[in-house]
Parts: sequence; C-alpha cells; structure tokens
Amino acid sequence: MIRTNKLVFEYIRRDEEGNVEGITRAVDDVNIDVKPGQFIAVLGHNGSGKSTLAKHFNALLYPTEGEVIVDGMNTQDGEKLWDIRQEAGMIFQNPDNQIIGQVVEEDVGFGPENMGVPTDEIWERVDESLRTVNMLEFRKSSPNHLSGGQKQRVSIAGVIAMHPKCIIMDEPTAMLDPNGRKDIIRAARALNSVEGITVILITHYMEEVIYADKVFVMDKGHVEMQGTPKEIFSQVEKLKELRLGVPQVTLLAHELKKSGLPLPDGILTKEEFVEELKKLKKK
Amino acid sequence: MSIILDHINYIYDEDTAMAHPALIDVNIKIENGEFIGLIGHTGSGKSTLIQHMNGLVKPTSGAVYFDGKDISDPDFDRKALRAKVGLVFQYPEHQLFETDCFKDVCFGPKNLGLSQKEVELRAYEALKQVGFDDDYFYQSPFDLSGGQKRRVAIAGVLAMKPEILILDEPTAGLDPKGREDILGLIKSLHDEMGITIILVSHSMDDVADYVDRIIVMNKGKVAFDDIPKEVFRHRKELEEIGLAAPQVTYVMQELKAAGFDVDVDVTTLDEAKNEILRAFSK
Repeated sequence: MIRTNKLVFEYIRRDEEGNVEGITRAVDDVNIDVKPGQFIAVLGHNGSGKSTLAKHFNALLYPTEGEVIVDGMNTQDGEKLWDIRQEAGMIFQNPDNQIIGQVVEEDVGFGPENMGVPTDEIWERVDESLRTVNMLEFRKSSPNHLSGGQKQRVSIAGVIAMHPKCIIMDEPTAMLDPNGRKDIIRAARALNSVEGITVILITHYMEEVIYADKVFVMDKGHVEMQGTPKEIFSQVEKLKELRLGVPQVTLLAHELKKSGLPLPDGILTKEEFVEELKKLKKK
Repeated sequence: MSIILDHINYIYDEDTAMAHPALIDVNIKIENGEFIGLIGHTGSGKSTLIQHMNGLVKPTSGAVYFDGKDISDPDFDRKALRAKVGLVFQYPEHQLFETDCFKDVCFGPKNLGLSQKEVELRAYEALKQVGFDDDYFYQSPFDLSGGQKRRVAIAGVLAMKPEILILDEPTAGLDPKGREDILGLIKSLHDEMGITIILVSHSMDDVADYVDRIIVMNKGKVAFDDIPKEVFRHRKELEEIGLAAPQVTYVMQELKAAGFDVDVDVTTLDEAKNEILRAFSK
C-alpha cells in the first residue's frame, strides 16, 4: 500500500535574515512497507520525525532523496497528486483546524464534492461515513457545538467519504479527553477490521498501539525499532531511552519481574497479566 | 492565602436563547500549599472554574474570596490578583511571541511595573526554576522542542511570583518522557517553593501519582472533593460521568476477582507492585 525506499528528508534552517544556518535531516534513510489492510502504529518522541514521515505518505512533503510509493504511484509524479491524496487520507492533531463546514454534513460532503462525485452519491457517502464514526445524529449540528472528540470523528468521516484505501492519523487523540480518545481508537479499529482500510496511527499513547499489527518506533529521523506490539513492549528500558514508555500494565509486570516474580516480557493487557499471575500462583 | 469559592453560579450567554449554566452552586476552599487535581471530562466546567479563581470571569452569582477579600469588590486590586494566581493555559507555548526566550519570560514581570533589574532577575530565576539551560536563553522560542517551549511558557508565569499556580492540561501533546519531566517540575515547584498547585487533567494516572486532593467536576457541579483514595473508591460513579480510576486500580480489581488477596484501593504503580509482592510472599 505504502512503501518508502531510502527516504530522506532535509530542510534548511535559516536565521532571521534568511541566511542558511544549517541543514536538518528530519527523516533519515527510512524503508518501510505497509501492506494493504494492515493496522500500523508509529511511535516516537516529540521531534523524532514521525509527522514529517507521515506527511510524505500523501504527498504533503516530497523526499529529498529516495522515493515514496503509494499504491503503485510515486508521490513525486505531479499528475498522480490528487489520486494519491484521495487514496491516502490524513487526520491531524487539532480537530479545530480541519473543519470548514457550517454544518456537520456539509463538512463531510466537502471532500467528495471536490472530487466531482454526483450529488446523490455525496449524500449517500455522507450518511455512510457519519454512521461509521457514530455521528449520524449530529449531521445537522454546527461543528462549533461539538466536543473535541466529536469534531475529530467528523474529520474522520470527512476522510472516509472520499473512499480512501488508507488513513494516516497524526496524533488524532492528543487533544482529547479519555472518552474522546477511546471513541477515536474504536473508530480507527473499526475502519481497519470492518472496512478493510489500511490505518497508520501516529501516537504518544502507548495504550493505543497494543492492537496494531506492526509498530514502528522512530528516533532522530530513522526507524529505531519495529515489530509486533509484544516485541516492542518487551523492551521497556530501550523504550525509556527513546523518551517513550510502555502501557501501565506492561510496566507493572516489568517492575514485578525486576523484584523477582518470574513473569514473561511484553504483557500488554490486564487480562494477560491476571492470567500470568494465576499461573505463577499455581506453581 | 486561601481562595474561597462561595456558591458560584455561572451562566454562559445569559439573557440569550443560548443561555446554559456552566457552573452550578460550586463551593470550594483552597488552602495554602495544597496540591490539587481538578478533573472532569470535556465540558464539565473545569476551565470556567479556574478562570473564576483569578478573576478572568465574574460569577453570575456567588462570590470569590482571596485572602478573605471579595475579589469583585470595586476596591480590590485585580491586577495584583492575577500576578498572585498564575494561570498556565492549555498549549501555553502558543502564546510565546518574543524574539528570544529571555525576553518572553520578562514580559509578565515587566507589565507589573517592576524595575528593569528586578524584571531580569525574576526572568533568570524563573528560567532556572524550570530547569532551562543557559545556552538557550537567547534562542528564539520557536526553535525549541515542544517540552522546552512549554517550560519557557511556565517560566513566564513563574516570573510573576504567583502564590497559586493553575495549570490547564500541562502535559497535553507531549511524549511520555516530556510528560514525566513537566509533572516532575510541577511537583518540585510545590515541594521546594511551596507554591499551591491546581493541576487540571484528564489523566487519572498522572493525578493519582502526584496530588493530595482531587476535585471532580461534572456538568458544572462538584461531584467529588476528597483525597485520591476516597475519590477512586467511587469507580462506578466516575465511569458514569465519563472518567475512570487509574489503570492499576482496575488491574487490582481483576486480581481480587481472580482470587488473589490484594487491596483494591491501590492507586499508584508502586503501591500495586508492593501489594502483589506481598500477596505472593505469603
């Protein structure tokens, strides 16, 4: 679905007069391959290059070196630009920056309208997308009166209405409260498992990635770790070095192990944790 | 120094068709040196509440007393109040605007009408308090990382020498290490400098680890106001109002249900660890 080949992105830092101060390599030799239908999570501390990388996936940024292929199309191919943006939709952190319509259903219809979808079909798509994110009852509301989580779900509906094959979410839950967060993650998982849309979730919240098929951990612009959530979260100390953490249950298990309880690494859920402790107790 | 909120009611867009109450009969007393967590889901009235504490918003009815004086009294010095009750908004780094970090931190004390020397002294002190490296003092705040920017923004409020510091979601958008650093900083401001802290947060896990008292807001009312252990005992009620107890509390509950002899009132990771180790050592 999305493949990067030796992707490098550099930008030039300038001082106030516009003189070049230096070059920063924000993405450094990244090779990743996302298969259709996968749920991918990208972790990394602030400034690790996650967002810069994500912006390459729908041609908001172009590689300095290397290439990005989205569904067989090179992002540097200008003629394919709109096809790429339609296939790979993007959700940003701040819901307020992404909503333009006066009414929820107008906002969701904006994307397909720009693509030249016939009016009847636009309404069908609006219906169907709002239903997917569980926001149908708000279709006539003004976005101003929605909570952050609800606005973010409207943004997601706006992307779904364009029938993308892939959705890239750049910290979609950072500004939300716990309930808003849960709703978004639930919506993302449903898109992936029910609709079969490829999801790339960029986040700081470790709890949100435990259901991913694969996790990439970014540091200083390159992929520092990759693997299943279990593999990644087995390396508590390494993640700490990278300014990251692990889910609380994982941390609790890790601490207990250090104190002498023979627990396995990479426990991700409280159910697993309880099961493992039960096994220990029987011995 | 104390703040008393006495029967505060606040109605948004009063006298219009859109009128709706944001705060309903809120009574809170905040004492010197407390470390308070203020929790509630979006729209519960947290932000409206903190804006009452330094007089940014005037209650529709009821009164706010600072050190026993009514702040809506015409003789009351509200400008001085705003220096004493420092408010760090959400994403405070969006409010940085100066050409370098040092100047930005000077802005607050300068507006208090202090001498240049005093202003600079305070700015220096404040930047030191937040653990900001000298090397970056004269850098543009826009070249810093998110966590560093936030430190500068907090320093800007500290330079006003507040007695109470209110922080609205100070860890939003930071990576796990950044979150830990900022919370550690806030704790040291409380423990070492004796500043009264009100920490507005969505994260029960953060709050459980740090504060001595939790105020839970729901639909404009105070739902709970107690020490963390007592508040988290009301798991069901918290869930009904869109909140939750810390994750470890749920883990302990499941362990108990699975037949382990553990205390389910545990709220922090360390407590949970010790409880489990204790259960196994028997």
